[in-house]
Amino acid sequence: MTKIELTVDGAAVSDDVEPRMLLVQYLREKLGKTGTVIGCDTSNCGACTVHLDGTSVKSCNVLAVQANGRTVTTIEGLADTAEGELHPVQEAFRECHGLQCGFCTPGMIMQAVDLLGENPHPTEEEVRLGMEGNLCRCTGYHNIVKSVLHAAEQTSTGATA
Amino acid sequence: MTATQDRPAAEIGKDRRRKEDQRLITGRTRWTDNITLPGMLHLAMVRSPFAHATITSVDTEAAKAAKNVVAVLSGKDFGEELGVCINAWPITPDQKTPSHSPMPADRVAFAGEIVAVVVARSAAAARDAAELVDVEYDELPAVIGIKKALQDEVLAHPDLGTNKSALWVFDSQEAGTGGEVEAAIEEARNGGIVIEREYRQQRLIPAFMEPRSVVVDPTGEQLTMWSATQIPHILRFALAATTGVPESKIRVIAPDVGGGFGGKLQATPEEWVAWAVARRLMKPVKYTETRSESLMAAHHGRDQVQTLTLAADKDGKVTALKVHLDADLGAYVAIVGGGVPVLGAFMFNAIYKFPAYRFECQTVLTNTTFTDAYRGAGRPEATYAIERLMDELAAEVGVDPLEIRERNWITHEEFPFTTVAGLEYDTGNYEAATAKAKASFGYDELRAEQKERRDRGDRVQLGIGVSTFTEMCGLAPSRVLGSLDYGAGGWENASVRMTPLGKVEVVTGASAHGQGHETAFSQIVADRLGVPFEDVEVLHGDTQVAPKGLDTYGSRSLVVGGEALVKAVDKVIDKAKVLAAHLLEANADDLDYADGRFTVRGTDQGKAIQELATATFAGHDYPEGMELSLDADATYDPVNFNYPHGTHLCAMEVDTETGAVTMRKYTCCDDIGTIINPLIVAGQVHGGLVQGIAQALWEEAVHDESGTLVSGSFVDYLLPTAADTISFDVVHTDEPSICTTNTLGTKGVGEAGTIASTPAVVNAVVDAVRHLGVSDIQMPCTPERVWRAIHAHDGDAPTPADAMPHFEEGALNQDPTAGGADQ
Repeated sequence: MTKIELTVDGAAVSDDVEPRMLLVQYLREKLGKTGTVIGCDTSNCGACTVHLDGTSVKSCNVLAVQANGRTVTTIEGLADTAEGELHPVQEAFRECHGLQCGFCTPGMIMQAVDLLGENPHPTEEEVRLGMEGNLCRCTGYHNIVKSVLHAAEQTSTGATA
Repeated sequence: MTATQDRPAAEIGKDRRRKEDQRLITGRTRWTDNITLPGMLHLAMVRSPFAHATITSVDTEAAKAAKNVVAVLSGKDFGEELGVCINAWPITPDQKTPSHSPMPADRVAFAGEIVAVVVARSAAAARDAAELVDVEYDELPAVIGIKKALQDEVLAHPDLGTNKSALWVFDSQEAGTGGEVEAAIEEARNGGIVIEREYRQQRLIPAFMEPRSVVVDPTGEQLTMWSATQIPHILRFALAATTGVPESKIRVIAPDVGGGFGGKLQATPEEWVAWAVARRLMKPVKYTETRSESLMAAHHGRDQVQTLTLAADKDGKVTALKVHLDADLGAYVAIVGGGVPVLGAFMFNAIYKFPAYRFECQTVLTNTTFTDAYRGAGRPEATYAIERLMDELAAEVGVDPLEIRERNWITHEEFPFTTVAGLEYDTGNYEAATAKAKASFGYDELRAEQKERRDRGDRVQLGIGVSTFTEMCGLAPSRVLGSLDYGAGGWENASVRMTPLGKVEVVTGASAHGQGHETAFSQIVADRLGVPFEDVEVLHGDTQVAPKGLDTYGSRSLVVGGEALVKAVDKVIDKAKVLAAHLLEANADDLDYADGRFTVRGTDQGKAIQELATATFAGHDYPEGMELSLDADATYDPVNFNYPHGTHLCAMEVDTETGAVTMRKYTCCDDIGTIINPLIVAGQVHGGLVQGIAQALWEEAVHDESGTLVSGSFVDYLLPTAADTISFDVVHTDEPSICTTNTLGTKGVGEAGTIASTPAVVNAVVDAVRHLGVSDIQMPCTPERVWRAIHAHDGDAPTPADAMPHFEEGALNQDPTAGGADQ
């Protein structure tokens, strides 16, 4: 067992974990952050995407011990939802019907936030390439792409207003 | 005609944002794997690596000795309480149906079948210990592939004596719905056109994003199962019927379910094993599959060889269609297994007026993962075959593919129309859908560009694919299911409960897993009952909350479940009217009901439905003889299927040097009757399209000759990504043909995109290279297959040894001129 200390969704947490424990297992099993989900075992689907020090990672591809001393943000910490707030990307997914069953959605939103952080005004092509590592089986991606473009538009109009 | 027309339709037709989304976008979700109970134990399955083998011993000692392991159990540790996995639809009385144990003790029949289960304090400990279970097998010869199975030389189940499970036949002459097929084909051979083809429906994997998961809690008087399932009600029935626990002691809950597409329409071995282990240990247990397990052991779909003969006169007017299907059931006849290809029997004639039709379906058993429903279930296969054939007929006659369809389709004046397969199509307008699709697509412009590029000899050729589909959905009239020997009915149930403070609880037997029932059903109730959309709460997916239902599949929830809802709401209004008349001291005949309020005609006196609900709760003042409740239940059994249709047009670009294909444009015009929520409808269409497109271009479940699934992870099984797909042009007819067999006028839409898109894409790919001598390309149309088809005749094709063996070896010769391998 190895002791780790990190910040998850704004809270300082500390646990003893097996060195082999994946970050996604740590989030779900130790912290109860079940908003982040597991969709595959080959790092293909991206359903477990979270932010590690502000950058999107597939949390099935990171060991919990690698997150020691770092900051993790999950879908549950993206906005102060208890206060009724939504991140603009969350709002865009709702507005544009960018989800159906919702299983891939946390990973999609976390990836989209990162994508827009790097490229606030992406083209449709750039969105499609930037979201390529996240699989969805319900939406055919049409409305996911639309959601990301909508979020970009809303954020830029919001910033200039 | 309908009551809805008397009331303002404020909600129906509105693009309401979904009620479901708030929790899904914030991670406040209850997937089955999120559920943790005190003392819960975790399961890991030990699965057979062999496709066919006798189990000679299962040594569990090392696993049992491992840290934190509670129990290790194999098939021989259980008796009848383990139950069996059921087949609900024996398609013929003499169907060969191998007994399907959830965890066989003696013999495994496919790679991935469960032979033992490890129970431990953590999922990791269970999985570690599963590696320590030592199973000895005597490998048996395995039969893989439909054509080998038909030879009956190697048997999937030796005790059955054959691999042939059932032969199901429909013949229009015998049924009295049309003429004799053979005579028409013979006639066409002399002066007409006969097109004979063999098409392959490759095996697909539903690949819902949420892996299957099951939690069983045996503590308490009722045993509770949470499962990532589409069918909580059918599960409860099947658990009771096969494991000896009374239905009244079983509660099944489908909490948030992450997609299904037919893949979670199953009574699974994993659920049955979890049920048995929980009952044995009397502790809550959880099993969540890995993706690799899901791809290997959750049921697959499609997998047919279609042998087709289309006869027509020289002008391209079809005179007969003969269909022979050989359908791979896999190792067992799953819950609807054999019935899936039979659902296609009624759809091969599609939107056309064929005078003669014969359909035969031979189901076969092989040592592979069992197959069952996958989005469209039988209808995509049928639509693919006929829409490919109609393109071939157009090429033969030398006319535009839309022209050949128009010569054969049912015109809008001819509805209602009884088809050669015996179904009565109530409404439709194929002309309108086609005209609108053509205009939106820019059909004539793209045809002109195609000609220009063809004339120029462009390296990248353009092809245009057509699919004018219809489908039967809204499963299903119970008597029809009875006549097909299906084991259940097709009704749906709904309840409407008025709460004391004036909210409305709507209980439906449909069980959503991404479709947006909570939103769409709220819209229906809000309009019909005249209450705010926000005040309606839709409850589903728990057999204790919604005790009656037949769940969600077959595009049935809105058209069957929605109609049950309408009937329940109408009963509430009828009951409330009695109370309103009493409280308003008026004659019930003098009351009008609108916008949630009874008013006395000619006065300003009135009572809102919410006030009546509160009055009922108090019970202080109500008429003699009135039952003190406004709540109502309704069960609706559909009188007919409904028949959405549409024209789908696809433009594909094909690089003739590399075989790479790129989608340029996709337009669909679907006629689905009344639209409750256009936003949700568009989402259903988009997602359906991509699943159908994926069959055409990317997906294929491949077992090697020993029966190992070689496409067993998302690295090998190619789900499309955002980068592989495009944005779609989705339109609807200006004046939809309203379904006449339900009050709302709705038709199903959940499967339409998947059913229509596959042939549109393949037709487009073939169209792009038809001038190079290509008349067929096997699905998925990989660059290699496209390249080979283009170069089949020019001596430039590589030797077979250069090919990936598992892609081409044993592939079917679909097109006699293409020179493919024979299986």
